[in-house]
Amino acid sequence: MREVAVIAFAQTEHTDHDEGLTDFELIHPVIQEVKERSGLSRFGFTCSGSCDYLAGAPFSFVSALDALGAWPPISESHVEMDAAWALYEAWVRLQHGDVDTALVYGFGKSSMGDLRAIMTLQLDPYYLAPLGLDQVSFAALQANAYGAGRAELDEIVRRSRADGRNNPRALDLDDPSGEEFEVEPLRPYDVAPITDGAAAIVLAAGDLARELAERPAWITGIAHRIEPHYLGMRDLTRSPSAEAAGRAAGVGKGPVDVAELHAQFSHEELILREALELPAETVVNPSGGPLAANPVMATGLIRIGEAASRILDGGAGRTVAHATSGPCLQHNLVTVLEA
Amino acid sequence: MGNRCAVIGVGQTRYQTKRRDVSIAGLVREAALRALEDAGLTFKDIDAVVIGKAPDLFEGVMMPEAYLADALGAAGKPMTRVHTAGSVGGSTALVGASLIQGGVHDRVLVVAFEKQSESNATWALSTHLPFNASLVVGAGGYFAPHIREYMRRSAAPDHIGTLVAVKDRQNALKNPYAHLRIPGINRQMVESTPMLWEPIRYLETCPSSDGACAMVLASEDKVTGTPAWVHGTAMRSEPMARADRDTVSPQAGKDCAADVYRQAGITDPRREIDVAEVYVPFSWYEPMWLENLGFAPEGEGWKLTESGSTALDGDIPWNASGGVLSSNPIGASGLIRFAEAAQQVRGMAGEHQVDGARTALGHAYGGGAQFFAMWIVGAQKP
Repeated sequence: MREVAVIAFAQTEHTDHDEGLTDFELIHPVIQEVKERSGLSRFGFTCSGSCDYLAGAPFSFVSALDALGAWPPISESHVEMDAAWALYEAWVRLQHGDVDTALVYGFGKSSMGDLRAIMTLQLDPYYLAPLGLDQVSFAALQANAYGAGRAELDEIVRRSRADGRNNPRALDLDDPSGEEFEVEPLRPYDVAPITDGAAAIVLAAGDLARELAERPAWITGIAHRIEPHYLGMRDLTRSPSAEAAGRAAGVGKGPVDVAELHAQFSHEELILREALELPAETVVNPSGGPLAANPVMATGLIRIGEAASRILDGGAGRTVAHATSGPCLQHNLVTVLEA
Repeated sequence: MGNRCAVIGVGQTRYQTKRRDVSIAGLVREAALRALEDAGLTFKDIDAVVIGKAPDLFEGVMMPEAYLADALGAAGKPMTRVHTAGSVGGSTALVGASLIQGGVHDRVLVVAFEKQSESNATWALSTHLPFNASLVVGAGGYFAPHIREYMRRSAAPDHIGTLVAVKDRQNALKNPYAHLRIPGINRQMVESTPMLWEPIRYLETCPSSDGACAMVLASEDKVTGTPAWVHGTAMRSEPMARADRDTVSPQAGKDCAADVYRQAGITDPRREIDVAEVYVPFSWYEPMWLENLGFAPEGEGWKLTESGSTALDGDIPWNASGGVLSSNPIGASGLIRFAEAAQQVRGMAGEHQVDGARTALGHAYGGGAQFFAMWIVGAQKP
């Protein structure tokens, strides 16, 4: 495959409330930031990820286009998925060989509605959605099936929140405490916080990447897999689609210094560590991960951005990023980045 | 453009107002199975699935690829959901083709659908976001002023829209999948229908359809049966809010056409393209796009329509299938254009086959006439 690297990443200072920003106002600063960091003002391809249901209106990506300065008109596409899949589409497009750069961005304001109820609308509309099974409830089903220990989950949340407090982009959340359940066995702090935010990444191919970045984060493997939708047809104690994507991306072909995992519930980190066969010494979610900031539709892209940043800043040699979609880790994308 | 790519299978459902006999999953599976059967393959042979549809509010199912993974045999494979407004069907084909052109996969299933009977598209298009102007007019109300401006600029006579409405519905009578099949359709019939959005009358608009379309795309090594070769692919987008953009003949449409013609080596589209499937949801968009796509000089597109050049027996047939005016499962409408273009060069279009079609254009547009997706397919390997 053609060599493609992440050469620039930017994200907003995520907030736990609506700051009154329109999508345009949310996105524009991160687009400007990656343009400055990469030194590029035009891109061979542009792709974004967002979800109409967060805003409750169609075509959320249409007004976002105004943030790009898309004039003259640009070669552009959009996925109604986490922007990590927009990055995948851009990586595929760069494989054609006729364009050398791509801009990828994602954004979401989950403060605008009741995310937990909205995610119910992602389920089979005839047999599952009418049951009213909400996002936290189906996550709790998986947590229960996996049988994670309370102490282990508490430690994941404590570590994530502490790391998040050291990350100026993530939320400032206190150490976990309290005995009540959100949906047993999950406590409120096991659930990723409601977050507004956006992120952008610039990809470049081959020599251009070497020219534009001192230490490009090369994408040496990227793959995604989906599995059946119906929870009853799946073994919820593991994530076969993450396992398959991790193998296809070549996670196990070398050491993993850092892994950024799209775990929106604390127990998902345990399932993903096993699925990706991460070594014990791998540092997981040093950014704080989704438990410290979860701007839905950008969260997966931010994992790639954070994993790439550890290479761009010289702190790591080989990192892994994971993004997920669908109920109970139904769909997983794994990216391997190397210096 | 990368590796060679070909269409080796096409499947469509019969488009109609309400498909009460199937779920959304049943609908997309019907199209997918027909495409696989056409290609002589099964779900097992497919490496990846790409699915497209217009806004999720149209059915009230958010990110439906999660729910549709099972019905489309995607479990264990990569699945991608595309959404680029009305152009999405075209973009879905292009994202699928890109996976093959980029050397990532050998056989990709692309599917697009809309089940409009599950919701109300005009309502879904007319929500009011805070701090934004809402027109509350749906698509027809949005595009009618652009059409009036075209009529003013070109001094086209008032009946041109009627001619397109009649011509496309006559073609639809030859297409077993078409939704609107109106025996004896004529100008008088169109002109006697109510005015919805001046100058668009009821029979000058597209219907609301349930339906799905699917294609199997293959790399050169995996071609089976009768291929339609992809000679060029392009997408272009421009901002909605740019003050001086020309909404009658958008720059993004011109640039997208120029890009796809360059890849396919086309310098004179009217002479070198044998048949075009172009996204015409309101009758007047035929003369408008004839100019935007370079088939006629500016201000003269309506003359091609008036002279019958775009009819099935004309020198450059447009929408031999009956087009969007005859079938409009919104998210699938672009993919149907791309698939019908492929069927023409495969010589498999049936009764609406254009004799000897070797090169065809598939076109889709969306948003406020700001998103464009196009491809050129040919009978011969590029």
